[in-house]
Amino acid sequence: MNEQEKHWLVRAKTVRLLWRGGIAILFLLVIADFFVHAHPYFQIDGTFGFYSWFGLVVCAGMVVFAKALGVFLKRKDTYYDNE
Amino acid sequence: MTMSDFPPGLVLVLGAFLLPIIAKKFRAILTLGLPLITLFLVWNLPNGSFSTFLLFDYQLTFVHSDSLSRLFATVFSIMTFGGSLYALKQKQVLELVAVFVYAGSAIGVVLAGDLISLFIFWEMMAVASTLVLLSVGSNISYQVSMRYFLVHVFGGTLLLVGILAHIIDSGSTAFTAMELNSFGSILILIGFLINAAAPPLSAWLSDAYPEASFSGAVFLSAFTTKAAVYVLLRGFPGVEILVFIGVFMIFYGIIYALLENDIRRILAYSIVNQVGFMVTGIGIGTEMALNGVAAHAFTHIIYKGLLLMSAGAVIYMTGKRKCTDLGGLFQSMPLTTICAIIGALSISSFPLTSGFISKSMISQAAADGGLTTIWFLLMAASAGVFLHAGIKFPWFVFFQKDSGLRPSDPPWSMRLAMLLFAGICIGLGVWPELLYSMLPYPVNYEPYTVTHVLHMLQLLLFSGFAFFLMLPLMKRTLTITLDADWFYRRLFPSAFKNIFSIIWRIDKVIRLACLDKLSSGFRFISKKNNRLSGLLSRNHPSGSMAMWVAVVLAIYLFLSFFK
Repeated sequence: MNEQEKHWLVRAKTVRLLWRGGIAILFLLVIADFFVHAHPYFQIDGTFGFYSWFGLVVCAGMVVFAKALGVFLKRKDTYYDNE
Repeated sequence: MTMSDFPPGLVLVLGAFLLPIIAKKFRAILTLGLPLITLFLVWNLPNGSFSTFLLFDYQLTFVHSDSLSRLFATVFSIMTFGGSLYALKQKQVLELVAVFVYAGSAIGVVLAGDLISLFIFWEMMAVASTLVLLSVGSNISYQVSMRYFLVHVFGGTLLLVGILAHIIDSGSTAFTAMELNSFGSILILIGFLINAAAPPLSAWLSDAYPEASFSGAVFLSAFTTKAAVYVLLRGFPGVEILVFIGVFMIFYGIIYALLENDIRRILAYSIVNQVGFMVTGIGIGTEMALNGVAAHAFTHIIYKGLLLMSAGAVIYMTGKRKCTDLGGLFQSMPLTTICAIIGALSISSFPLTSGFISKSMISQAAADGGLTTIWFLLMAASAGVFLHAGIKFPWFVFFQKDSGLRPSDPPWSMRLAMLLFAGICIGLGVWPELLYSMLPYPVNYEPYTVTHVLHMLQLLLFSGFAFFLMLPLMKRTLTITLDADWFYRRLFPSAFKNIFSIIWRIDKVIRLACLDKLSSGFRFISKKNNRLSGLLSRNHPSGSMAMWVAVVLAIYLFLSFFK
């Protein structure tokens, strides 16, 4: 399928634009921390950009952990078929 | 008898049996009308106890109404209405009958004022929900429903023993907050937790729900686990162990959902994840936390129903249920896509959706209570929800790659049901007071502060960023992930089989040896006998025996004349 036949949302140009727009939004969200007064419940959650890096790091951690667990626990989806 | 003396749940339970006998064209009036009548009855209940009976020495209270029980009964009725609208295309009347009994008994559970009537409705729920699964009629659904039923009968038995022990201990059948200090209350807690899909018996949920019909799964997602949340909320607020159980459920749900390929099993794991938030909140036990749990149960039922409706629509239109077979459906199912995204944003507690106003109360309660570790875990979990349900589900079903499938949006009744629930998700997110006014305690909480909104957006969008960065690691495969049900589906059966094959083998050896000894013993005795008295032990033909007996009798007769 060539580019013109594809739905406009999945054309390479749109996808590129979405990535750029997304990263710009992420950047603005981090910058906004300068202007918003934080009310930290504890210590670290009031530091600059805490929620941003925390979200990124724990999600990456969970994906990696799931992947590692999958090594031991994944089976073909026909595993229980002969019951 | 006044109106409040009629248990609202019975409207659905009794109405269910009209469904198979009423003419087909009027069935829709019943399935849509009965939930509305129930809702009307629930909203007209004043505070207090009604519909009481004396059973032997015990007082049964079928309706105990306060703001908490009315909140749950309300959302159960709304769910029944929305689900029925969605299920208008369901041809299996048996499923509808089962669903109405199931929904009615769930409302019975949340309105029950004593432990005995609670148990009656609890077991009705177990039987009716099994029938919902069974009504699919396939071989797989039969096996699944039997596994599901066994787990719930086991939980129900523990609950019954616990209730009896508790009644003997305390002398009262009243269902009030309990201390976790007696045999009875511990068993009651375990019975409740099994229905909440808590570990170690959590796999029944992800095993069973994805095997229901397109509409059956929508109903199943709502009642059993949330009725369990209600009874935990009522019976065990502030019990500390629930915090740990809840946190485990949260992360178990995320990790398993990340590994899953079946679209409805992703959502099933995410039910365990969401119920985990509620169980954690119940364990924290402050007024803020309990308000948060009640609110979250309400919003969760609606957005999870919506998510399962969108998944059901995809299955109804394509017949496919695996991420590996799907993708690119947004092009031909725009409405379903948008509704799924609204549900996904709500479950991720995105600002302006219902999840935002409910879940943040639970993490606020953790912060207020100074539970540092729990608070950080809840934050991490919020990011994880966006990862496994908020993005993964819509991405792999509606975007991802072009599967070449071009199904249209589902029939109007299913579209309308999805729009209704999507509307509730947004409506509650924009006007939180609507829900806050129904909560059990006065609400002193403002979800929309600039700081809170900004921080949640940062957390969620960066977890979304992590998803797309790590997309190569998330590639879907034709796999399942072993869960605790492996023990009773594989380990125990094969262990029993092996143990019995060993037992039969030993048994065979012993029996052969005994037989051998016995027959050689007989041979030995007969040989000895032959040697001792060849004359007596000789064989005689029976004819000659009979003749000699006749001779003896004849001589006896002859001699008797000479007396």
